[in-house]
Amino acid sequence: MMETIATPAMPGRRVLGAFAAEARSELVRYLREPAFLLPIMLFPAAFYLMFGILLGSHGVGDGAARYLLASYSTFGVMAPGLFGFGVSLALERDNGLLTLKRALPMPPGAYLLGKLLMALCVAAMVGALLLSMAIGLAGVPLTATQVATLLATDAFGVLPFCALGLLVGTWVKGQGAPGLLNLVYLPMAFLSGLWFPLSMMPALLRQLAPVWPSYHLNQLALAAVGLDDGSRLPHALVLAGFTLACLLLAARRLRRHG
Amino acid sequence: MDTWSRPRQAQLVGAHKHYGKVQALRGVDLELRGGELLALLGPNGAGKTTAIALLLGLMRPDRGSVSLFGRDPQDIVARRNIGVMLQDASLPPTLKVGELLELTASYYPQPRAVAESAGMAGVADLLQRRYATLSGGQQRRVQFALALCGNPRLLFLDEPTVGMDIEARQKLWAAIRRLVADGCGVVLTTHYLEEAEALADRVCVMAHGRVISEGSVDALRARVAMKRVRCSSALDVATVGAWPEVVEARMDGGRLWMSTRQAEALLRRLLAADAAVADLEVQAADLAEAFTELTHAADADAGREAELEAA
Repeated sequence: MMETIATPAMPGRRVLGAFAAEARSELVRYLREPAFLLPIMLFPAAFYLMFGILLGSHGVGDGAARYLLASYSTFGVMAPGLFGFGVSLALERDNGLLTLKRALPMPPGAYLLGKLLMALCVAAMVGALLLSMAIGLAGVPLTATQVATLLATDAFGVLPFCALGLLVGTWVKGQGAPGLLNLVYLPMAFLSGLWFPLSMMPALLRQLAPVWPSYHLNQLALAAVGLDDGSRLPHALVLAGFTLACLLLAARRLRRHG
Repeated sequence: MDTWSRPRQAQLVGAHKHYGKVQALRGVDLELRGGELLALLGPNGAGKTTAIALLLGLMRPDRGSVSLFGRDPQDIVARRNIGVMLQDASLPPTLKVGELLELTASYYPQPRAVAESAGMAGVADLLQRRYATLSGGQQRRVQFALALCGNPRLLFLDEPTVGMDIEARQKLWAAIRRLVADGCGVVLTTHYLEEAEALADRVCVMAHGRVISEGSVDALRARVAMKRVRCSSALDVATVGAWPEVVEARMDGGRLWMSTRQAEALLRRLLAADAAVADLEVQAADLAEAFTELTHAADADAGREAELEAA
């Protein structure tokens, strides 16, 4: 005789509540972790203060401060995606938390969606910090539309890097992931012209730049602050395609290897 | 209520599972019933963890079938009936105990109130503490609270009392007994045989991917007819060790200690050999000895099997 008492139904409201609880927990736990949050916030802010505001102010007008606002916010946005999302996935695949969550009746998707929202919020925080420095310290004149567009670009720009972090997290388990992701993160930022403008780089690297997703996000960020008049659509499409490709590859690996 | 009238909650039938060349399960049948505590025992690598992983839907069997409340365990509706405490799961260190309970309870249709779960697991005073600041034993109690917070009908407890002091262990046992008395089914894997003796209605011993013994604690003891004989005697260990009835002999606290399968015959020989025997005691083997003998027999079988396969 198999037990016949019906499982109590889970009302839709409670399922939504589980998604919300998962997202809230992810956000709270990382906001309480200075070792995670401080480097992500402070590295781009310190670079921007040095190169964009203190050194840049001797240049012509607000050019450097405006240009580097875009590139350092792109640089800053990559980290919560790669590390907040990718590394935490790799660690939790290794330390048993993901196994426990898979055994519990957590709604499928709540785990990844929670991490995604966390990365999105942290990316928006990095963007907001750099924006307030640009306006408050460097006096870069920005319209409300420009501010809103850059913040939205930063927040959604984290998605391709979440997908890349997810993919790398499926290759490397546990403590190996941060090292590997740094090998992706730092060269990619450099090669996309986030530290030095591409115009200062050798022709080969300049031509290679469109290979990197960060290059395309940076073009969108430059457009947001009024420094690029070209069409934004191709860059957005490349990022969407890159995100999708990483997600598909990651899903295939997770299905095969768990 | 006798075992077979209890409602069946989960089942493995002829389950096989291998990892690469390692055959983790070789045809395991297992039934879990409501209001009953099943202890799953066995040395490391026996297949306990794999059996649990199949029942939780963490992996699928290569052959055989798994059901949880009449469904595929990978169906979330089936898992809404279960609570889980795994052996090594690192919970988010910066979340507070109360937050962890609220999060886990949110997955279930009719969870217990946070205060109730915390009270049952003895962590009511820890709700405001961050998980990372707790001792190992406190963390285990929090994990137990998380396992029961969804008001589950079947609990999976993997080595629940590792790292706990004796008092905490006794409290956890009492909480488990109350849950079972309320009709909750429990699957317990443990290395502590006294834990199985104290709690289990049924004991299932696994070795080399098979169930080698299943039944009540008493039945397991009876299956292994080993008795311990202790006495004060002038005879020495070497002499009694050579007797055919004696499996093992040693000195234990100044007294002679022997294990045997033929206690009556041994006693006749012992009393005949030394008329001055004193402080004579005969005891049934405890679960630990029963278990050791069963797994040794299975080891020998597996060894023979490997030789046959190699030949």
